[in-house]
Amino acid sequence: MTELSTSGAAPGEPAVPASPATGAFLDVRDLKVHFPTDDGLVKSVDGLSFTLEKGRTLGIVGESGSGKSVTSLGIMGLHTAGQYGRRKAQISGEIWLNGRELLSSDPDEVRKLRGRDMAMIFQDPLSALHPYYTIGKQIVEAYRVHHAVDRKKARTRAIEMLDRVGIPQPDKRVDSYPHEFSGGMRQRAMIAMSLVNNPQLLIADEPTTALDVTVQAQILDLIRDLQTEFGSAVIVITHDLGVVAELADDILVMYGGRCVERGPAEKVFYEPRHPYTWGLLGSMPRLDRDQTERLIPVKGSPPSLINVPSGCAFNPRCPYADLPKDDVTRTVRPELLEVGSRHSAACHLSREQRERIWTEEIAPKL
Amino acid sequence: MAVAVMLVVIVVVVFCIFFLIPQWTGVDPATMYVGKTSDAAAVEGIRQKLALDEPILIQVFEFFKGIFVGRTYAAGGDVTNCAMPCFGYSFRSEQAIWPVLTDRLPVTMVLALGAAALWLLFGVAAGVLSALKRGTLWDRSAMVVALAGVSLPIFFTAMVSLAVFDYGLGWIDSGFVPFGDSPGAWFQGMLLPWVTLAFLYAAMYARITRATMLEVMGEDYIRTARAKGLSEPVVIGKHAMRSTMTPILTMLGMDLGALIGGAILTETAFSLPGLGQAVLKAINERDLPVILGVVLITSLAVIIANLVVDILYAVIDPRVRLS
Repeated sequence: MTELSTSGAAPGEPAVPASPATGAFLDVRDLKVHFPTDDGLVKSVDGLSFTLEKGRTLGIVGESGSGKSVTSLGIMGLHTAGQYGRRKAQISGEIWLNGRELLSSDPDEVRKLRGRDMAMIFQDPLSALHPYYTIGKQIVEAYRVHHAVDRKKARTRAIEMLDRVGIPQPDKRVDSYPHEFSGGMRQRAMIAMSLVNNPQLLIADEPTTALDVTVQAQILDLIRDLQTEFGSAVIVITHDLGVVAELADDILVMYGGRCVERGPAEKVFYEPRHPYTWGLLGSMPRLDRDQTERLIPVKGSPPSLINVPSGCAFNPRCPYADLPKDDVTRTVRPELLEVGSRHSAACHLSREQRERIWTEEIAPKL
Repeated sequence: MAVAVMLVVIVVVVFCIFFLIPQWTGVDPATMYVGKTSDAAAVEGIRQKLALDEPILIQVFEFFKGIFVGRTYAAGGDVTNCAMPCFGYSFRSEQAIWPVLTDRLPVTMVLALGAAALWLLFGVAAGVLSALKRGTLWDRSAMVVALAGVSLPIFFTAMVSLAVFDYGLGWIDSGFVPFGDSPGAWFQGMLLPWVTLAFLYAAMYARITRATMLEVMGEDYIRTARAKGLSEPVVIGKHAMRSTMTPILTMLGMDLGALIGGAILTETAFSLPGLGQAVLKAINERDLPVILGVVLITSLAVIIANLVVDILYAVIDPRVRLS
């Protein structure tokens, strides 16, 4: 069973305007998602907190296995829905959406929010769309779960949405199967399906990873346009800093299931205060960089989520792990501390050390 | 159309091979038709009657012609008529094959279809439940039962079920009774054969269903279905089942096709007068015409079943549809 948090509105209680403490539209507090396995407890997300307002876009970045997707599925309640068998995900913390706590809510109530108040776009639209049903049928289904309308009306709505996301001849294409669409068209159809109910929260999980580079920009433009139009809150999950640079107002950098740095996009890009963020920026190709210059990878591999390194999870890969005194990086887990306005990072290096390393060693190489 | 041509070609090829087998084995087919004890004159008579000294293609042609216009076997003054549709004539039992087939085939078909209904119902249901309750006690026990079902030979389960339910508990009065005589007794007689045959197949179907279902439930489009806000019964019953049914239908087509050829073990164990029993008897008596007729029916059934599966495939999976 899901481990329920004690606070929050009782199931079925009418929604209050916003979560009590911050009043944010989306308020995730100390979210933990653990999976029991034969090898031990996998701590995919281990104490993540963030807030998001309507009309804003949050970019969550991190490498594979950092807990990005697990976080998004957690918000959608998809770890508890459709969980069968003996082993179930253990989820704790609080997720407030529009004044309603989701983890303590009745799963069926959360199901009714899914697709209506919060929707999701997945990475690979070919595998995320059912191969045996037409695009139209799948959109109609998504609409009719939450609206008591007949098929004809829903179909009209589906065509309208396909038109809105830029699919040519939507009245004909509505009867096509996913395999008859190109990759970009499929992702557009997927976006049409997720937006068919005007959700206030849209989670895009690696929305452009499976697409051609030329199509990527179009899809990102589309997401941005739709957000301006609908004024929804958007979470973009990606390992591609280019995508967040394009879309995000705020950036949250995840490492080993925790947030290591978060802040406004320009701060995280131009004044990053965590060695892992430096590593990510260093491994990103840039047009203004000399072609002969090599990208700098982050050395080592992602941490085991079962035996997370003690202290700072990044310490085995961090080139500066020995700078702080008393081996503190290997024994004490760093807190997420303010380093500027709305900008915080979890690192044992002193502010001065980090400012110096960034301006003298890292920034010139980027 | 191409499929129809293929069908005819396959049937003819299967059949030619069958005609050739006696020659390959070096046994005089005339002797096989009439029996070893017969005297030389009788053998020679049969040879002429069946045109066994003609080239093989003529023999095949004569056989197929017989299906459509009937056939007259004549040697000297001895004339045997085989009315249309003539699927051959057994000189051992002195009867035409077609009535044997029409007599036997319904029993086999009822056995196969009834068992198929049972194994689909229970096998698929058990497989789905096991997949949904993966790793639980239910799952493990269901899979142990399924393993037993697959491993236990049908003559064993048949004997055990007969011993327990008929001779032991006396709940069921087994033994075949034609439907026309007494539907109730017929049903009682068919019950154990159905269940026994279904047990074997249900076990296989449960395992396949479970494996497929588990695979399908890990698909991205199932997660999408949940993300849309669909309730779990719709996610499983509609989205997951649609994909799970594909391999099950393929198997069903093949299995039904094969079973029409005669569930020899089941029919023998329960003394059901079906094709399987007929062919077993024919093999024991080296009654070639009967075997020939059954082989024809069987290959037809398998080909038709495959055809139906192909068509169903296209209905289920739009990606298979031809443009």
